[in-house]
Amino acid sequence: MKNGKGKTRRDFLKDCAIGALAMGASRYALADNKVNPPTPASPKSKVVIARDPSLYANSSSPDSARVEKLLDQAMQNFFQSPDPISPWKKIVRPGEVVGLKVNTIAGPGLSTHPVLIAIICERLQQAGVKAGNIVVWDRTEGELDRANFRLSSDPDRVRYMGTDAKQVGYDETVFTAGGIKTRLSSLLTRTCDCMINVPILKNHEMAGVTLALKNMYGVNDNPSKFHADNCCPGVADLNLLQPIRGKFRFVVGDAMTACFAGGPMYKPQYAWKYNGVMVASDPVAIDYTAWQIIEKKRAERGLNTLAQAGTPANYIAVAADAQHRLGTNDPARIELVEV
Amino acid sequence: MTHSTRDRNLLLPALTWLALAVTLGVILLFCFACQRPAASATSLFPDSAEAPAWSKAPEIRTFPADKLSDYIDGDAEKYLKAGVRSTSTADYKFGDRVQATADVYTFSSSDGAKVILESEPAMNAQTPALGDAARLFAQSLTFRKGPYLVRIVAYQDSPEVAPALLSLGQAIAKKLPR
Repeated sequence: MKNGKGKTRRDFLKDCAIGALAMGASRYALADNKVNPPTPASPKSKVVIARDPSLYANSSSPDSARVEKLLDQAMQNFFQSPDPISPWKKIVRPGEVVGLKVNTIAGPGLSTHPVLIAIICERLQQAGVKAGNIVVWDRTEGELDRANFRLSSDPDRVRYMGTDAKQVGYDETVFTAGGIKTRLSSLLTRTCDCMINVPILKNHEMAGVTLALKNMYGVNDNPSKFHADNCCPGVADLNLLQPIRGKFRFVVGDAMTACFAGGPMYKPQYAWKYNGVMVASDPVAIDYTAWQIIEKKRAERGLNTLAQAGTPANYIAVAADAQHRLGTNDPARIELVEV
Repeated sequence: MTHSTRDRNLLLPALTWLALAVTLGVILLFCFACQRPAASATSLFPDSAEAPAWSKAPEIRTFPADKLSDYIDGDAEKYLKAGVRSTSTADYKFGDRVQATADVYTFSSSDGAKVILESEPAMNAQTPALGDAARLFAQSLTFRKGPYLVRIVAYQDSPEVAPALLSLGQAIAKKLPR
């Protein structure tokens, strides 16, 4: 059976095998292999946070020109690039179909901002990716729509699609993650060659924190099966699956509005304007950083730590352990840059 | 045996069964009538006539307990532990500027609604007289009434939002059966 791109199930399995071999050499590989999570040659994972206190001015929505500037600052600092387009050439190659996995479950109040996605799409096109080779996606079209993304499956334009769209669905291949059987969105397994993770910074009343790794619960068909024991080791196990690990390239974390309690759904009394964009190639390092941001805010607001509240973000340490090796949670090995 | 004796012998058991069936029917009817009526999703959400200045979107989405995680992801677990039976949600607009979402969670008892409301940090909320207990913030209102927990969230912030949320909450409270 061929999909829209002409890939067969055999092609897909072959891709998995090649990816698995490649993984033996490096945990994550950017397009030009110049930047990776910590290696002996590059001992630290870099996380860059760009912030602008005037991002929202007096509006409910962030100012698009300021968002563009924030994103460029973060990306240029991460890649030490003199211009805003070169970083994207290090993440993707022209000809690849690039998936942008957003997080839209919390509706318009606390989802990945469409303005951020629009700017990423513009930069990708400037870096040589055709509009029709960019797919902005999440698990359902209804959630995308409610988060103010305009659905489109036009192959000549940037596509905005949910896994529940007609002729999409979940791949028939059944994977096992930590003993749990699961299927993955065919947008990840078949449509896209690589994935840029564009989550939103939130508290999660089971996992403690949700940013990069937890966003992959929008990729599989049975996320509720992975919620036991504060999503630990569910989050780490799921991210270990080859199609997720092999196609992941980069994280652009939307930290413009975040929440320190009551997540993952939008409860405005627990949300605050962090006014930031976070970028990293190491999903564990960026999640560790997100955890510290949320703990700091909770302390400021007089709340218990996540562990005291019964929602420890234990999955972050497990994702970094010897069985998973998805990145580092060691602050001594994280280079945090704030611009 | 005459015809009339045979008819009577046949008729008596039939009448006994009929009487038993009628009695059982009456008992069942009584039990049904005593049970708390399950409110239909549409009846939970007021229209513009019932909540002035608010307009409701036509779609009402309802999630049974086993599908609640489709709506609120990991949040669902604590609702399930508290005995949620179903959740209905509708979008509203206040004038042209303020969008909001109203969720009505129906629990198997009032204890469930109480557990959820009290599990959330109060954070200096106002406590208007609404339902059995209520918390009002600048952009959200949560209250419980019997086995129902209602959460209304606005996506824009302005001084008019909190009073508007309270008026919508009051209109919803009137629609909730006791």
